[in-house]
Amino acid sequence: MREITFSQATLEAMAEEMRRDPTVFVLGEDIARQGGIFGQFKGLPQEFGYERVLDTPISETAIVGSAVGAALTGMRPVADMHFADFVTCAMDEIVNQAAKIHYMFGGQARLPLVVRAPDGVVKSAGAQHSQSLEAWFVHVPGLKVVAPSTPYDAKGLLKAAIRDDDPVLYFEHKALFAMKGPVPEVEHVVPIGKADVKRRGRDVTVVTYSIMVHRALEAAEELAGDGIDVEVVDLRTLAPMDVETVLESVRKTKKVVVAHEACRRGGAGAEIAAIIAEEAFDYLDAPVERVGTLDVPIPFSPPLEARVVPRKKEVVEAVRRVV
Amino acid sequence: MPDHDTLVHMYTTMARIRAFEEKAEELFLAGKIPGFVHLYVGEEAVASGVCASLDRSDYIVSTHRGHGHCIAKGASPRRMMAEILGKSAGYCKGKGGSMHIADFSVGMLGANGVVGGGFNIAVGAALSAKMRRSGQVAVCFFGDGASNRGTFHEAVNMASVFELPCVFVCEHNQYASTTPATYSVSVKDVADRAVGYGIPGVTVDGNDVLAVYEAAREAIGRARQGGGPTLLEAKTYRIKGHFVGDPERYRDRAEIERWRARCPILRFEDRLRADGALAEAEMEEIRAAARQEILEAVSFAEESPYPDPDDALCDLFVSPLQGEGCGR
Ligand SMILES: Cc1ncc(C[n+]2csc(CCOP(=O)(O)OP(=O)(O)O)c2C)c(N)n1
Ligand SMILES: [Mg+2]
Repeated sequence: MREITFSQATLEAMAEEMRRDPTVFVLGEDIARQGGIFGQFKGLPQEFGYERVLDTPISETAIVGSAVGAALTGMRPVADMHFADFVTCAMDEIVNQAAKIHYMFGGQARLPLVVRAPDGVVKSAGAQHSQSLEAWFVHVPGLKVVAPSTPYDAKGLLKAAIRDDDPVLYFEHKALFAMKGPVPEVEHVVPIGKADVKRRGRDVTVVTYSIMVHRALEAAEELAGDGIDVEVVDLRTLAPMDVETVLESVRKTKKVVVAHEACRRGGAGAEIAAIIAEEAFDYLDAPVERVGTLDVPIPFSPPLEARVVPRKKEVVEAVRRVV
Repeated sequence: MPDHDTLVHMYTTMARIRAFEEKAEELFLAGKIPGFVHLYVGEEAVASGVCASLDRSDYIVSTHRGHGHCIAKGASPRRMMAEILGKSAGYCKGKGGSMHIADFSVGMLGANGVVGGGFNIAVGAALSAKMRRSGQVAVCFFGDGASNRGTFHEAVNMASVFELPCVFVCEHNQYASTTPATYSVSVKDVADRAVGYGIPGVTVDGNDVLAVYEAAREAIGRARQGGGPTLLEAKTYRIKGHFVGDPERYRDRAEIERWRARCPILRFEDRLRADGALAEAEMEEIRAAARQEILEAVSFAEESPYPDPDDALCDLFVSPLQGEGCGR
């Protein structure tokens, strides 16, 4: 199968969906004339025009708020947040408006909205350009939250998110944009709400998503050398979560590590650990271990950044603690 | 001067809003309405005058004080009343309440419990109308208090740079809850802020329905023809408290009485009488019909059952996935 980058995979998803449905459009800062700050929108305006690939003022509130209004009136907007950190400027629009409109108005309205949020730590971007904030949205009923780890999933989930009639938060890790992986030429959709076992193993389950999938896979390679057989479950969707796939793995391995790049306290990992405790306590041979960024803002200087962000080593250590 | 039908329509709308609000107050005080109710009494000319120039397919975005906007845009008082009583026949099946009524079938995209939460939704509806080349216009109602939200700035700027068919209607009723506009708004006329966005700003007497009508007609017409947004400010007053039960310690009786004498309905009646547009008996007939309609709305609402408690789990998503939704 041909290999393309994560960024190209998202671009293909956008183009295919825009071709398929004339109501799909994308709006955000520096996306049309510039092509996106990570190049992830390059070429779209040439094919679809500057109205459907809409450069906006620096107005995150208006980007998401107007996307809500457009979604309610027959369009399928994709709102780009530039950096996931700036989603904070549009929290009312996401949490109080988008998440609640379908429910609060008794099911009258449809809200086919995608918010794209490039997140995560990359190259000393510092405290305000490095966060992973997905847990906030997992906490809000009425939102769907996805966080793909591979080009294949990035494309398939973005297509699913665009076709979905509910608001979807699409978290894409900045350090994944350049990563290559197999993506079929024929179009494919990855359903929202389905986890994927990225590596089969007997001894320990690592439940993870986004960039930590790769760190978990590296950890699994290393641990295999010591005879520890790790299963890596990539959640892909955080809300609604594919609890069954997680539990199936846990019942088999009886040992679990939950890993994400978001900081540990109040992270999505806490929810996963709680579900496992509720649903599979009797199967566990060890307490659930959590791996996440230490609970400080992401520092700038490379040695400081490296100190707080979990990589392969932290996953390996956590696995060793549970076996 | 609007034609006779429009005059009658606007007068009827004002009378229906007043009758609805008086009944809502009575029901709230009788303990029949849960939550909060923000009444539109004294401001009827604004919604009635603006919506008279809108088609059914045009959009409005409303506020926490939204009953008047709903009625003026063509929503059914029966289903509104059922909603504010928390009944299953309500617009939102009892999930919204007074602050969250919407009727998408008439382009009423929702009241909003977040002050200033509607600006950008209206901008998006206008953007969508422009992209679909539908000729629709979006009107955003908001208060003097809401004009101090940052959302106002982002919305009006974006509507201006994209020349969107959007009309921002400020209902300047002198107060934001307990805070007078003289204390919290940097300008006397909110419409002056239009200069900062390069769009027309117009201030009218919001208790004069004809003045509102003329200004709104022009703004809506300009928006429809591709001339971009307008900031239209209607100076008015809320005769009742911020919500039913407000102790109103922040203003004196004399001020309320002064504004009561400028009641938009009484003023319109004087005008209709003087112009010979409507006779006293015709006006009384319209008011009586409005009261009757609202009485029927109340019976409808009272007879409607409360929702099944398990309905609380329904309507979370259009396409619910595993474990989400109510399985119905
Ligand atoms: C963002 C936000 N802040 C505060 C409130 C509480 N609140 C509800 S109504 C209101 C006053 C609004 O004033 P204005 O916009 O002038 O509208 P009016 O009530 O006068 O119609 C306030 C402060 C709120 N609902 N939302
Ligand atoms: Mg006010």
